[in-house]
Amino acid sequence: MNRIDQKFEDLRESSQKALITYVTAGDPELESTKALVLEMAQKGADLIEIGIPYSDPVADGPVIEKAAQRALSQKIKIKDIMEIVKEIRKASQVPLLYLVYFNCILQYGGEAFVSDCKNVGIDGLIVPDLPFEESGELRAMGEQYDIRMITLIAPTSKDRIQKIVQGAKGFIYCISSMGVTGTRDRFSTNFMDFIEEIGKYSDIPKAIGFGISTPAQIRQLKDYCDAMIVGSAIVKVIEKYGDSEGLVQKVGEFVGTLKKGMA
Amino acid sequence: MDNERGRFGTFGGQYVAETLMNALIALEKSYCRYKDDPAFQKELTYYLTEYSGRETPLYYAQRLTEYLGGGRIYLKREDLNHTGAHKINNVLGQILLAKKMGKTRIIAETGAGQHGVATATAAAMFGLQCEVYMGEEDVQRQALNVFRMNLLGAKVNPVRSGTRTLKDATNEAIRDWVAHAEDTFYVIGSVVGPHPYPMMVRDFQRIIGDEVKKQILAMENRLPDYIIACVGGGSNAMGIFYPFMEDRDVKLVGAEAAGLGIETGEHAATLAEGKIGVLHGMMSYFLQDEDGQINPPYSISAGLDYPGIGPEHAFLRDSGRAEYVSVTDKEALAAFKLLAELEGIIPALESAHAIAHAVKCCPATRKDEIIVVNLSGRGDKDVYTVSRALEGNPNE
Repeated sequence: MNRIDQKFEDLRESSQKALITYVTAGDPELESTKALVLEMAQKGADLIEIGIPYSDPVADGPVIEKAAQRALSQKIKIKDIMEIVKEIRKASQVPLLYLVYFNCILQYGGEAFVSDCKNVGIDGLIVPDLPFEESGELRAMGEQYDIRMITLIAPTSKDRIQKIVQGAKGFIYCISSMGVTGTRDRFSTNFMDFIEEIGKYSDIPKAIGFGISTPAQIRQLKDYCDAMIVGSAIVKVIEKYGDSEGLVQKVGEFVGTLKKGMA
Repeated sequence: MDNERGRFGTFGGQYVAETLMNALIALEKSYCRYKDDPAFQKELTYYLTEYSGRETPLYYAQRLTEYLGGGRIYLKREDLNHTGAHKINNVLGQILLAKKMGKTRIIAETGAGQHGVATATAAAMFGLQCEVYMGEEDVQRQALNVFRMNLLGAKVNPVRSGTRTLKDATNEAIRDWVAHAEDTFYVIGSVVGPHPYPMMVRDFQRIIGDEVKKQILAMENRLPDYIIACVGGGSNAMGIFYPFMEDRDVKLVGAEAAGLGIETGEHAATLAEGKIGVLHGMMSYFLQDEDGQINPPYSISAGLDYPGIGPEHAFLRDSGRAEYVSVTDKEALAAFKLLAELEGIIPALESAHAIAHAVKCCPATRKDEIIVVNLSGRGDKDVYTVSRALEGNPNE
């Protein structure tokens, strides 16, 4: 069974919700990516997104864009990231997803990318610049290799929801608000209506992401959904402690406080 | 030529965040409704005529023709448009559409600043709020245009990420649009971006080619043998090429920026050196590495300094209907000077790339052949850049 599906099944049985965390591969360097992923899993991250750094991350805000630039400045290659994932897999069975822009998949070679994902132990893909209409080929490959192609729904999706959640697998990524990734103080979306509308057409787990940065926000929103996604807030901690000895510990502590918000 | 879902062959498409999909669908619906609406077309023609000063002349460049000793060279004087370039053709169309769609806020990206100035101009005239994203590097090398945009009441946002040029300004405009799609209209300046932009911008720019066809038939009683235009994203080229698409004897030539020379790696010659990929919502050719990371382009001309090209150009190149050549900074600078000295016209550095190709190929043409060069913009904005580049090499 795909690790993402297994995880959500286990959580449902114990009436728990998932904490999904994010790290950009190679920020501050590739070795610490492994340590950070393992530490986050240890401190309660139920699923982990690994961002493949990209030169033009238009769906991301400044925090994740800077992380990508830090990673790319060391000439990190996708092949190297695949190797690190393989290493992580030896030590942990935490479900792992790539957050990856479509051009990276395309240049790596489409099917070669998906099959390498399978080989190294990636369980799902989030491709923020590939809407439903352009994703048919990749979804078919996901089926073939048992990699979950995560469906994203935005507050603007409205009449599109029914069409694009058909056949969605793994979980549905519900974008909290208009705009790019990054922390926000307030949300203008009516989450009750938003998630309920999606729930009319799909019964797979729903995760809320974009802008979530504090245990208080998690407490406020977790009842609407099955999982909460925290990205930029973690990257900010990495940015702050990037060069210091205590990096892994600080990130672990932060994930621990987020996990408390989930309780 | 363009099929379902905005594809030109394999190129084009809509590679955007889900958040933008309904905005694009609404835009396409609205565009398709108004493009065949006589009242909309009448209003657009009014502004193109009375405000921008169309039609622009097709000028026989007698001295340049004599100097080169080949075919007869005509210049399509898009530089004589209000705001000094072809960009206003598209901007008037898009802003009129924005008004019809009830949008109150306009955003744009700009490289050389010509599209930003055109957008700020039309926004001022229609009383709309306007913000322009411009790479910090371009803000410096095109300071005059920044000042013009400010005078026109637009807010210029310098973009400090990535290469700090047009590519990054486009990223930032897309991010703004994702956050404000409900009240904001994104006026894209070239035949790039997700569908329907490449089609829509081409349609608004085809007036260049439509006029050329009418003018050359009146003057020469036949169609030209060559049409030459510079290509960054490719809107002036698409605009002048498109009405000649079915006239198979008319050779269509796009001039890309070869910067310091293709062999140096410092260039923006996307079709010569790029690979098929996806950026800014479209599938096309891009300068990139084997992981899909976009390589920073280089050209002395800010308007050609873009790592991609419009999807319809990618299609025209691969189908063989159009040919694409590369022109270096040095060749463009020489053409810039030559046109100023022989014809008393200072071209934009972008347009100087098209002139430079005419200079190269014209001597090999017969005297009875006809060459039309799209003079897409005027060069006032470039005089400082050119004077710096020519310093120390005044005779080059």
